[in-house]
Amino acid sequence: MTAREVTDASFETDVLKSTKPVLVDFWAEWCGPCRKLSPILDEIAGEHAEKVDVVKLNVDDNPATAAKYGITSIPAVYVFKDGVVAAQSIGAKPKTVLEQEFAEFIK
Amino acid sequence: MSTDTGVSGTTSNDTQKIHDVIIVGSGPAGYTAAVYTARANLAPLMIASSVKAGGELMNTTDVENYPGFPEGVMGPDLMEQFEKQAIRFGTEILFEDVTKLELSDDIKRVTIGTGETYLARSIIVSTGSEYRELGLEDEKRLSGHGVSWCATCDGFFFKDQDIAVIGGGDSAMEEALFLTKFARSVTVVHRRDTLRASKIMQDRALGHEKIRFIWNSEVVGIDGDAKVTGLRLASTVDDSTQQLDVTGVFVAIGNDPRVDLVKDLLELTSEGTIAVQGRTSKTSLPGVFAAGDVIDPTYRQAITASGSGCVAAIDVEHYLADLGDSVDTAAEVPTPPAEQVSEEPSLIGNTQGESL
Repeated sequence: MTAREVTDASFETDVLKSTKPVLVDFWAEWCGPCRKLSPILDEIAGEHAEKVDVVKLNVDDNPATAAKYGITSIPAVYVFKDGVVAAQSIGAKPKTVLEQEFAEFIK
Repeated sequence: MSTDTGVSGTTSNDTQKIHDVIIVGSGPAGYTAAVYTARANLAPLMIASSVKAGGELMNTTDVENYPGFPEGVMGPDLMEQFEKQAIRFGTEILFEDVTKLELSDDIKRVTIGTGETYLARSIIVSTGSEYRELGLEDEKRLSGHGVSWCATCDGFFFKDQDIAVIGGGDSAMEEALFLTKFARSVTVVHRRDTLRASKIMQDRALGHEKIRFIWNSEVVGIDGDAKVTGLRLASTVDDSTQQLDVTGVFVAIGNDPRVDLVKDLLELTSEGTIAVQGRTSKTSLPGVFAAGDVIDPTYRQAITASGSGCVAAIDVEHYLADLGDSVDTAAEVPTPPAEQVSEEPSLIGNTQGESL
């Protein structure tokens, strides 16, 4: 399962108003570590689909949302719950580490 | 059955394949070791890491000092070439993270993040190095909020802003020059009054209109609540201090060898690298070899790491040959890569020079 793309335009509907927690992957084409992290998030999306949504936001194409949340380092994975940031993880990390960091949202 | 214990039940020891060599790490040292051991028909298994695969060059841009690329090559592109070359000769690559090494017996055991284990007669440790941190209390908290170790990843977010680079070596100059594409100004803060960087990188940085230098100063504090707003600097030659208003700080003060997996298993040097015998890759344990930045406190270049990986591969070949019978009698000698290789016509010329 591939994490869905969200945009500046769809962010409110897809993320902020979601009934489930949403993992947002802030990424860009030119970011090498982002490309490493992407398949790991796809796996998490597939394995925990009933608990969380996993989406990705391209910071090049959607600068407003990246700026609003003060993204200055990617990859950055932010967890949104009930419209607010509930957790964040900066940098490309192995799957087991991400699963531990986000345990309360995916278990 | 429900009575089974352990997470690696699917890889019980009775049936588990014993590899000739497992390579831990996937930078220039690991890939060069892979190419050489693969061409020696040892069918290496490389455990490349999940998110750090490719090593440090994955976070760099132009590599201009790797021979054979007169126009330069992008770090990630170079690593992709290494990977292709290793795969061509039969290297198996796992994009997983090693969590544990057991090295003292004849058969070495490697455990990865999923709990699965792999066995091998020999191991090449080429885990490289990791960025050194400033060691300041606000550094971790503001990491990803203005504090960065990767200009190519994060420079984009500092368009038209004033930022600082800490360090005086080649990587600091490379970061500073790269960041000029985005930033309004880049201030390099360095502890000494001269740079360690190569002459060509110094000249480029010193001559760049957007880059200025603060000499003989070190960072003693990072300010900012939600994100970085400034740095506190202290002189290394007198008692003076100064405030530097920047919204980003890129740390490039060097690297430390990545020895977490082996620090209690292998002898280390006083510099923290894995100790090897002379110019070899032989560590304090038989069958365990080390290569690249993890054994190198001094040079730490892509090309020296490559050379070191080559040394390790040849040491492994000799070690396995000396083991002799035990290798030949193993039931599961891998064959396919050997056939692929011998069918390559272009190899004829390459193999002649090194066959004896």
